[in-house]
Amino acid sequence: MTWVLDLFLLFFIAGTAIAALESKCLLTSAIILGAYSFMMCLVYAALGAVDVAFTEAAVGAGAGTVFFLSTILRIGRDTSQ
Amino acid sequence: MSVIEHNFIYLFFVVLLMIGLYGAIAKVNLVKKLFGLTIFQTAIILFYVSIGQKKGAAIPILEVGHGHQALPDVVAAHYINPLPHVLMLTAIVVGVATVGVALAVIQRLYAEYGTVEEDEILEKIVRS
Amino acid sequence: MKKFAILVTVLVGAILVWGATDFPQWGDPNSPASTHVSDRYITEAYSASHVPNLVSAILADYRNFDTMFETTVVFTAGTAIFLILRLPLGPLARRRNSKHPQAERHPLPRDPILEMACRILFPPTHLFGLYVLTHGHYSPGGGFQAGVILGASFILLAIGFDLRAILARFPEGLFKPLAALGVLLYVGLGVLCLLLGGNFLDYEALRVLAPGISSAMIRSHGILIVECGVTLTVGSVIFGIYANLVSRGNHEGGL
Repeated sequence: MTWVLDLFLLFFIAGTAIAALESKCLLTSAIILGAYSFMMCLVYAALGAVDVAFTEAAVGAGAGTVFFLSTILRIGRDTSQ
Repeated sequence: MSVIEHNFIYLFFVVLLMIGLYGAIAKVNLVKKLFGLTIFQTAIILFYVSIGQKKGAAIPILEVGHGHQALPDVVAAHYINPLPHVLMLTAIVVGVATVGVALAVIQRLYAEYGTVEEDEILEKIVRS
Repeated sequence: MKKFAILVTVLVGAILVWGATDFPQWGDPNSPASTHVSDRYITEAYSASHVPNLVSAILADYRNFDTMFETTVVFTAGTAIFLILRLPLGPLARRRNSKHPQAERHPLPRDPILEMACRILFPPTHLFGLYVLTHGHYSPGGGFQAGVILGASFILLAIGFDLRAILARFPEGLFKPLAALGVLLYVGLGVLCLLLGGNFLDYEALRVLAPGISSAMIRSHGILIVECGVTLTVGSVIFGIYANLVSRGNHEGGL
């Protein structure tokens, strides 16, 4: 029955991707993108790619989110789109 | 249909790719465009990782102790293909370095024009 | 613009789905992606280099030429960020940015709980990064992951404390040469193999320096040296990118 869990994970990923793009506040979008990166890390681990999952967790959910946040600090967190 | 049942992961990959492409084309804010490109990149990595899969196979790490005693006899169909993992490992790290360069360019554009919306920047370039 | 984007997206998606119906069945061990050269890698990697983690063995032994250029690309990206943010501003921008940037008008107060938590978390994180580097032969890990974890441990300190306090301990004059040293270590090992009579980055040629070590063990040690070079570069560049981005190049303010 693990395919139920995998299917739930995949739908959650699609939902977070759309939410990250449609949010009006850039800070919210950056945090949701961090959650999206972590969900992708779980999918890679479920597919058996443990090295890729390790790197995606460290890079996407770690350093990548910090880079986006440090730029949004400088730019201003609201957007009209 | 059998194609959905057997190759569902490829259809999901196309959905994720199109979400990223839509974000990269339709969004006006430059940071949102960058989010779209990041989603596009992770979808490509998912595709490469999924084509190396083998049914009922183990992860590509051999079970050998630290003593290097006997060589295990390795059957290739028992381990999933490690070659796409190798390619995607470097792709992730190089991707985050490139995202850093894009963010530096966005900061310079903000310092120069005061805004990061694409239509306002084009207006200011046309006016000056 | 949105209608055009939706049209293009749906069209390209339809073409890709039509192409995806032609793929070999997912999970097939005889698919073209899993047959030609990867079978040889899986069956011969352990006897050639005594490294059980097949991904590390392929990354740093069979495909180490690609990994060398990836390391160079990461180093170039770090240098490019530094150069982009330090270019002199144009006249329009100089007039607008003459006052202090917004974050410095309200400096964040010091928080003793945050500082103590970061102080406690930093040594285990740093140690874990070094463990991932050295244990990459036997468990998931290796040079790239260890570099990112080491860089992230410094970013943790920079977020908990002031950026200037961390730059006093790990200044720009240290992490830029460290990044270059990583690339030099990688390429230098290759040139050393060339000078000792073998091919470029062929670790077998190093056996003249260490007689008595078997050919598989010298490959294992060569992989470790190369991963150290990658870790040095990636760790320094990750912290350097953060320090340059958060302070817009001038290392003054920041989180």
